[in-house]
Amino acid sequence: MIAAVVVGAFAGLLAGLLGVGGGVLFVPALTVFLGLSQVDAEATSLLAIMPMALVGAWRQHRYGNVDGRDGGILGAAAVPGAIAGVAIVNVVPERVVQIAFAGLMLVIAWQMVRRRPREEA
Amino acid sequence: MARMAGRRILELGAIGCAAGLFSGLFGVGGGAIIVPMLVLRRGYADRRAMGTSLVAIAIMAGAAMLAQGAYGNLHVDDGLLVGVPAVGGVVAGTWLQQRIPVRTVRLLFAGVLVVAAIDLALK
Repeated sequence: MIAAVVVGAFAGLLAGLLGVGGGVLFVPALTVFLGLSQVDAEATSLLAIMPMALVGAWRQHRYGNVDGRDGGILGAAAVPGAIAGVAIVNVVPERVVQIAFAGLMLVIAWQMVRRRPREEA
Repeated sequence: MARMAGRRILELGAIGCAAGLFSGLFGVGGGAIIVPMLVLRRGYADRRAMGTSLVAIAIMAGAAMLAQGAYGNLHVDDGLLVGVPAVGGVVAGTWLQQRIPVRTVRLLFAGVLVVAAIDLALK
């Protein structure tokens, strides 16, 4: 139980630092430390992610790092995307999609390292 | 001018849609798509991309949570157990982000992507 609290705090730290949702950490914390099934863990992780992302967005807004309009468009467009994703995962072999996505993330990581960050105001 | 605005909305829509797609597929992957795409395609500064990504994630996670709640898959007590410390963590994380060099933040981000890719490939 303490381990779950620690992983939760660390996932939040990562989310604040990098702008990610932290599902990579929440889901295993819920299955390994709290004994949830994979499906329930993925669902329950959202319960942790939503308020965390809200507070994180509010803090970043205070720091002047949020474009609310763009964020709204991204979030709205993500909802039908997620529904499509759930549909696809039931048709295409999961392994193929996993490997493809892993490859894509490596390419993106390389692009991020290669390019020079834009100077901040 | 109108064409620029159209292109912007189209690009943002495509990025958001892709982010939703991957999180629908794997339960993760929203921020991993949104942040680099805002930086590489929309010319965002890193911190602004990461802050804006959290807005999109809150909307996405909120919608997905409602759907999962309808299926009765939510464990509220366990969610709070990891979610409450996460709120503390995100306040600390955003604070820290303002104080370390952008280059370091970006390398950390790339590192997390590589770890996530390896994790996914080994599943």
